[in-house]
Amino acid sequence: MYKVKVYVTLRESVLDPQGNAVKQSLHSMSYKEVSDVRIGKYMELTIEKSEKDVEAQVKEMCSRLLANTVIEDFRYEIEECVAQ
Amino acid sequence: MKFAVIVFPGSNCDIDMYHAIKDELGEEVEYVWHDADSLEGFDGILLPGGFSYGDYLRSGAIARFSNVMKEIKKAAEAGKPILGVCNGFQILLESGLLPGAMRRNESLQFICRPVQLKVEAPHTMFTSAYEVGETITIPVAHGEGNYYCDEQTLAELKENNRIVFTYAGSNPNGSIADIAGIMNEKGNVLGMMPHPERAVDSMLGSSDGLKLFKSIVHHWRESNVINA
Repeated sequence: MYKVKVYVTLRESVLDPQGNAVKQSLHSMSYKEVSDVRIGKYMELTIEKSEKDVEAQVKEMCSRLLANTVIEDFRYEIEECVAQ
Repeated sequence: MKFAVIVFPGSNCDIDMYHAIKDELGEEVEYVWHDADSLEGFDGILLPGGFSYGDYLRSGAIARFSNVMKEIKKAAEAGKPILGVCNGFQILLESGLLPGAMRRNESLQFICRPVQLKVEAPHTMFTSAYEVGETITIPVAHGEGNYYCDEQTLAELKENNRIVFTYAGSNPNGSIADIAGIMNEKGNVLGMMPHPERAVDSMLGSSDGLKLFKSIVHHWRESNVINA
């Protein structure tokens, strides 16, 4: 089986009001070095091994449901592991 | 004219919508559960506001895969009037029936108050009862109403008069080009963040929303009833 980590973030061209608010808060805490904060989502999927190509499946899941590609980008990490 | 109010788990403006149609507009209306297989017999479809599926993942993202959405797509292709308000608008965006996407409000606050809207496209099946350039008062209630689309889509919306309502005066959520409501290319699917169903009686502060529903009925009568 596979352990899949999916990261969804707003596209660079899209303003991130949450990230901006957090950046300002960090600045007010005197972390002036922080030049950008982007807030996103992190998801963990466990996928059983099948005859289907796991990467193609994950990609499809991301673009159909897990991310809205109008405003979001996604990336993923797939790790094969032994079921316990 | 017979309307369907689609009810998702987490819808919370369905009763307001039902009331607006039945008691204020005086037309037929029924609730339709999200797993329905058919929308036969309905002349207009209303997607109400609320928090379908708890807004999990993204507003409207899960509702979009409900069984009834296949029927809503068919109805859209058949040219039936479809109105999505607030969460209903978000579902129409997620399903691809309308272009673009919603972001969190620029202020990050949930905004719940009456706003001024400008009727940008008065010659549609949803707005024919309004005057050209009329300013109306309709309440908004949302945390994610900050409409976004790419430049090409925006140009296309402008060129084809598909921006139906804009916020007049101040923009409450930061939406691109002050957009409050847009429609599809065919002109039969409208999505809007403000709640016309909450502005159907002057006792509630405004009755400006009623004209929207009256426009839909007027259009339907003209095209479906002999000697209308």
